[in-house]
Amino acid sequence: MRIIPKKVERIKFGLLSPEMIRKLAEVKIVTADTYDEDGYPIEGGLMDPRLGVVDPGLRCKTCGSRVGDCPGHFGRIELARPVIHVGYAKLINKILRSTCRECGRVLLPEEKIEEFREELKRAKKIGKNEEPIVEELFKLARASKTCPHCGAEQMDIKFEKPTTFIEVVEGRQHRLSPIEVRERLERVTDGDAEVMGFDVSVARPEWMVLTVLLVPPVTVRPSITLESGERSEDDLTHKLVDIIRINQRLEENMEAGAPQLIIEDLWELLQYHVTTYFNNEVAGVPPARHRSGRPLKTLAQRLKGKEGRFRSNLSGKRVNYSARTVISPDPNLSINEVGVPEIIARELTIPEIVTPMNIERLKKLVRNGPHRYPGANYVERPDGARLSLARVRDIDELLEKIEPGWKVHRHLIDGDIVLFNRQPSLHRMSIMAHEVKVLPYKTFRLNLCVCPPYNADFDGDEMNLHAIQSQEARAEARVLMRVQEQILSPRFGGPIIGGIHDHISGAYLLTQPEVRFTKEEAFHLLYASGIKKPLPEPAYEENGRAYYTGKQIFSMLLPEDLTLRYKAKVCKKCEVCKEEECEYDAYVVIEKGELKCGVMDEKSFGAFAGELLDRIVKDYGTDAAREFLDRVTKLVINFITWRGFSTGIDDEDLPEEAKERIAEILDDAEKSVFELIRAYNDKILEQLPGRTLEETLEMRIMEVLSEARDKTGAIANEYLEREERRRRHENSARIMAVSGARGSLLNLTQMAACVGQQSVRGERIKRGYSGRTLPHFKVGDISARAKGFVRSSYKQGLSPLEFFFHNMGGREGLVDTAVRTSQSGYMQRRLINALQDLKVEYDHTVRDTRGVIVEFQHGEDGSDPSRTDWGKMVNVKNIVQKYARMEAE
Amino acid sequence: MRRVVDISKHELVPKHEVMSEEEAKELLERLNITKGQLPKILKSDPMVQKIKAKPGDIIKITRKSPTAGTTIYYRVVVNE
Ligand SMILES: [Mg+2]
Ligand SMILES: [Zn+2]
Ligand SMILES: [Zn+2]
Ligand SMILES: [Zn+2]
Repeated sequence: MRIIPKKVERIKFGLLSPEMIRKLAEVKIVTADTYDEDGYPIEGGLMDPRLGVVDPGLRCKTCGSRVGDCPGHFGRIELARPVIHVGYAKLINKILRSTCRECGRVLLPEEKIEEFREELKRAKKIGKNEEPIVEELFKLARASKTCPHCGAEQMDIKFEKPTTFIEVVEGRQHRLSPIEVRERLERVTDGDAEVMGFDVSVARPEWMVLTVLLVPPVTVRPSITLESGERSEDDLTHKLVDIIRINQRLEENMEAGAPQLIIEDLWELLQYHVTTYFNNEVAGVPPARHRSGRPLKTLAQRLKGKEGRFRSNLSGKRVNYSARTVISPDPNLSINEVGVPEIIARELTIPEIVTPMNIERLKKLVRNGPHRYPGANYVERPDGARLSLARVRDIDELLEKIEPGWKVHRHLIDGDIVLFNRQPSLHRMSIMAHEVKVLPYKTFRLNLCVCPPYNADFDGDEMNLHAIQSQEARAEARVLMRVQEQILSPRFGGPIIGGIHDHISGAYLLTQPEVRFTKEEAFHLLYASGIKKPLPEPAYEENGRAYYTGKQIFSMLLPEDLTLRYKAKVCKKCEVCKEEECEYDAYVVIEKGELKCGVMDEKSFGAFAGELLDRIVKDYGTDAAREFLDRVTKLVINFITWRGFSTGIDDEDLPEEAKERIAEILDDAEKSVFELIRAYNDKILEQLPGRTLEETLEMRIMEVLSEARDKTGAIANEYLEREERRRRHENSARIMAVSGARGSLLNLTQMAACVGQQSVRGERIKRGYSGRTLPHFKVGDISARAKGFVRSSYKQGLSPLEFFFHNMGGREGLVDTAVRTSQSGYMQRRLINALQDLKVEYDHTVRDTRGVIVEFQHGEDGSDPSRTDWGKMVNVKNIVQKYARMEAE
Repeated sequence: MRRVVDISKHELVPKHEVMSEEEAKELLERLNITKGQLPKILKSDPMVQKIKAKPGDIIKITRKSPTAGTTIYYRVVVNE
């Protein structure tokens, strides 16, 4: 079959006229029965063979094609009485109220109508929205009480959702039947319909009242045969059966001359079924239900919402050659790799074209078949026919036939490039290309350094993997999407892939000045991290033994000509930096690949912060950076494992003296709060500009309390640090906080010293009883304790009242995150929709698919943020340092 | 008396200039586009009226930019 390419120029929407429906329909459906006793579809039933084929092997009665080629054909139901189409009830209401009940003209003088016609014409020409103009017309026409054309008096029309119209004639309510509604709509002239926004060539107003119902082909509502052999019909078929049943009864009753009341009841019922056939979630209409009680999924439900046709089948689709499982960490993999369980590797395949060079290898895989790894699942003949190896009986016969030109769909093997993804895919680093490493067990495994870009952890997270099927896609993925190419984030121009947690603690501990290794220990570490370089001269000797420092070992990972200086994370930000002489060893100097001073922490190779890693990627390329990361993480992990590192609640122990000082500070703070309140009561509190006196008081109180909490934190940190030095006993919690490995000093403060003020909506807690938060306080008490100041530390434990306030603050946090994620998710969807086909062209302009220019120079400076220094086009400091170095040499 | 404010003197209004015929031609050639592919600006825009640009004219806008110092943007005047 030849495919003729066609461009869709425009899509026009209209209504189906009864004639059009009759023309479209191949069959008039007359009976509610679907199959006879023998299981054959009944002619004139909803499964009429002329509606298309669903059973393989059979030919269509209408077009003669087989399943897949026959598109299916429509049928029709002639309705005994017309019914309103729910989707248009609102518009019908507007038209009924804006047109004359006698002559059907729009209730506006001729000149006015012409004015609107002109305005609409203009709007159409310039592509402006016509809707507001038509709305305006409806608004004006609705207001007239008599017809300007025939002079007839107009009655009030009430619209009772979803499909009932009631006219008030001389105070009496008269229900307009769909027949009457249709008659009125028929009277609307083509010209008037046009000013009401209709294109009469495709939509006449009366077509909104149905007289014939189009029955979709069986291909749209296939029946399923259950394992028990029982047939189960589609929801739409069920609904159509209901419509036909009632339609038939209505017709019979009408013919038999049944009382008006019965006819109207049946008519109402027909309206209900047609309404729910279109939309089973109409407000005010009880949804039609399946026998099991489950609401039926009718036409609107097929399209709407997240599980609807648009979002589920058009914007996003299910794909083949993909796998999903739980992830777990593996520090022995490279950042570029992904560990794939063998069972998954046996299921996912990659097509390889047979050539004289690979024929022997591929034949071996084919012989192994689908169950023995590494094997193959399918072979594809040059004509495109696929043979499943699970079904091949004589493998030798097949192997004889395989020759260059065939394709073998072989299992995933080590080194294959695959895409790896974790939802929500919020940025481009959420899908990266990895090299396969086939491993035992059942989880995907990944290097810890790639957790930050995926935002992954191992508390049960699952990820998806896609086996790439074409050579071009594989090449593109390798060059553009490989993990090492994504180390630098386009968001802030620094590394987003890097060390986390123990990597940072490990590096911090390894590069402490006093750390030293014997030759054996040094060799051991270097071997474990895959460094194959001769050791430098030992730093010093003691009692005849040579010792190497941690900094020396670390230096062996650095490029030989690397020179760099920066302030570490642990830097105390002293007024005058002593640089090399820093007593905290917080000033990092690397000269010619040697770590002269300074300690390695988050600022060295941590994700989001790594200065050293940043320098390596930018100056030595991604290969060097990947190698550095792989090795440095192995080195520090081996070191910290060998050395030992753990934290416990005693890391938050404070000496009595510290506790006393903290209590004193908190006492003072509470006292100053009382003083502020007294000053306020005595009307001597100084008002802050732009604030009321009450606001001023509140602000001052918050200030005092937060200051107090910070002070207690400082004291806690001071003592923890002092204890550490005095007893030479490290405090792991503090080490993690200051090095940036995990946690913050605030976390420590809250654990060891004082949790601090709890807040709801940025204010001290004020809700609860009138004038007080809890019945334990006096009305009007605004002291620290009464408004949610938690004086205790987490370690001490919270008093019941404190606990309650803490819960209030905590709850707000949870609600906020829940709300934020849904809001930002929606915003993301809309942004992506708006920006998805913008592209930076080779001339740095940003254009859409029509070639319309959005930006003349990408980002106004034409820069790629990931190639800048943390967003800055030039790093002056770096250039000066480099120049100074050259000068010196 | 009506008070008239010269909006072009306002801090936040960048410099707008009508491009000459030749400049416009050169620009469209450089970008390999038609006028329809340029960003639009309404003829009713106060700055367009101020510099008396007509529909079809291309306006060169020189803006301050936090990333590039100054940057140039082009917009074609349209009727509606
Ligand atoms: Mg998780
Ligand atoms: Zn057919
Ligand atoms: Zn009339
Ligand atoms: Zn310092």
